[in-house]
Amino acid sequence: MLKVEDLHLSFGGIKALQGVNFEARAGEITGVIGPNGAGKTSLFNAISGFYTPDKGRVSFEGRDITDLRPDKKAELGLARTFQNIALFRGMTVLDNIKLGGHTRLKTNLWQALWYFGSAQREELELRREIEERVIDFLEIDHIRKYPITMLPYGLQKRVELGRALAMRPKVLLLDEPVAGMNREETADMARFILDVQEQFGTTILLVEHDMHMVMDICSHIVVLNFGQQIASGTPAEVSRNPDVIEAYLGAAA
Amino acid sequence: MINANLKSTYAADERVLNNRYKQMFVYGMALLLAVFGAFANDYLILIACKMGLLLIAVVGINVLTGYTGLVSLGHAAFVAIGAYSVTIFQNVTAGFIPDPVMIFFAVPFAVFLAAFIGVIVGLPSLRVKGLYLAVATLAANFIVIFLIEQDLFAPWTGGMVGLTTNAPNIFGWILDSKREMFGLIALVGFVTLLMAQNLIRTRIGRAFIAIRDRDYSAEILGISLLKYKLMSFSISAAFCGLSGALFAYFYARILPEQFELDLSLELVAALIVGGMGRTMGPVFGVIIIVMVPEVIKITFGALTGDAAGMAQLRAPLQEIAFGALLVFFLLKEPLGINQIVDRMLRAANRWPFARG
Repeated sequence: MLKVEDLHLSFGGIKALQGVNFEARAGEITGVIGPNGAGKTSLFNAISGFYTPDKGRVSFEGRDITDLRPDKKAELGLARTFQNIALFRGMTVLDNIKLGGHTRLKTNLWQALWYFGSAQREELELRREIEERVIDFLEIDHIRKYPITMLPYGLQKRVELGRALAMRPKVLLLDEPVAGMNREETADMARFILDVQEQFGTTILLVEHDMHMVMDICSHIVVLNFGQQIASGTPAEVSRNPDVIEAYLGAAA
Repeated sequence: MINANLKSTYAADERVLNNRYKQMFVYGMALLLAVFGAFANDYLILIACKMGLLLIAVVGINVLTGYTGLVSLGHAAFVAIGAYSVTIFQNVTAGFIPDPVMIFFAVPFAVFLAAFIGVIVGLPSLRVKGLYLAVATLAANFIVIFLIEQDLFAPWTGGMVGLTTNAPNIFGWILDSKREMFGLIALVGFVTLLMAQNLIRTRIGRAFIAIRDRDYSAEILGISLLKYKLMSFSISAAFCGLSGALFAYFYARILPEQFELDLSLELVAALIVGGMGRTMGPVFGVIIIVMVPEVIKITFGALTGDAAGMAQLRAPLQEIAFGALLVFFLLKEPLGINQIVDRMLRAANRWPFARG
């Protein structure tokens, strides 16, 4: 589905990514783990188009998308969330999620100014879809009219997931979906991620530090350390891999 | 939300006036305006027309600065383009297009020309942000005024002495009184407000706000920054052009000095005072911006008894009041008067169960 081949990325002298290879298989959850500074977020930024890799390619459904701008990738069905929540703070929850539907809507400027015919029809269809498919699904009905600034962190993360879901993505990139959450919120989020995979069949790629969660929900794991890919495989394989144990726990004395 | 706000369809919830208090407020205002138009004296009508003309331009600034978060200090240029192009268009095509329908060609021409030039002026916004963009747009203001004043274009623009303009003729009805113009300006003002509101409740306006709040996040949702920033510039320029076109119809004469930097600043100031990024913000803003100098003029005149020596103090006093007002709002109420009104409406909606 989403394939990363021999990806290299550097900032000046710092080699952020050195030959990363993996594939996020359709309908599965793939996890990317690694210590701080391993290049996980750089990898996400390279995939979503904020950084241009020096070498290598990213392909999506067999098509090379390495050099596409982020907005073009969104149109193809690539959605992502950010580590430090990137919601639109001046808007309500509902408007934030509606923005996820942006590329699907066709209203042009003239129709928008008069709010007639197809503009109105499209808006109401979008509203219905969001209410039924996203807001209901993520159990955020009670906060739909709230401005983002009034929400606690955990709910903001959930709204950001909702916004990504409103894009009807084929591939969903989640950058630390449970960072800074307590155990209960983490469990909720893990359940939502599994539900997304199950109900919508979305391919999910996630970066996370919470090992328990990664081991529990991912079917495939890629381990990065200092920009290098040191292991990849099922959770069981990865957790037995000596390189991974060394990277995380330090070499045995 | 407590009172009479139960909705059973999404359509009811998506309406502009989706609760009883908003309806009462807006319909009440409309009624008041109609009564005002019928009975107010000429002086008040003139003041109201000034507000209306400014309002249409400030709605444009609101699209750009309030919604999209791009600051422009050069939008008087588009008001000038609107005013001049409508007049020049009429002068040039006078023989070809019959007078009763002229306005239906001249105004769209002016609006589209302003929109087109808006795209060009908006180009720097793709590279620079904030203060730097404000300075870049400042240049547009100076360039347009400079070009209008050039001898080369004087046969069309009239150079420094400006152009005389005609009253609008709508299917033979000549709006040559200020009261008739008030009706036209109020109607157009209402339509522009409605358009701005429609814009932000559909995909394009939401994209603008997304760019303002977090541009990289907007991109990830498939919003092209290039396309939408230029679109925002062009819409705001179009509204300013429309305001300029009506300006030309309203006054008997247009002069280049009417569209200089102070107008650009006045537009931005009205938006800040009224409330950035809120549909009704420009309405409150222009009321204050136009009223303050008038109130100062009247109270100052009453206090000093129009003594000759004191009159020269008035102008600086107005500037000081203007500055103080801006500083007050930026510090105490950055979302402007609109925020105060919102709070009141919310309190009314919850009364008597809760306050605030």
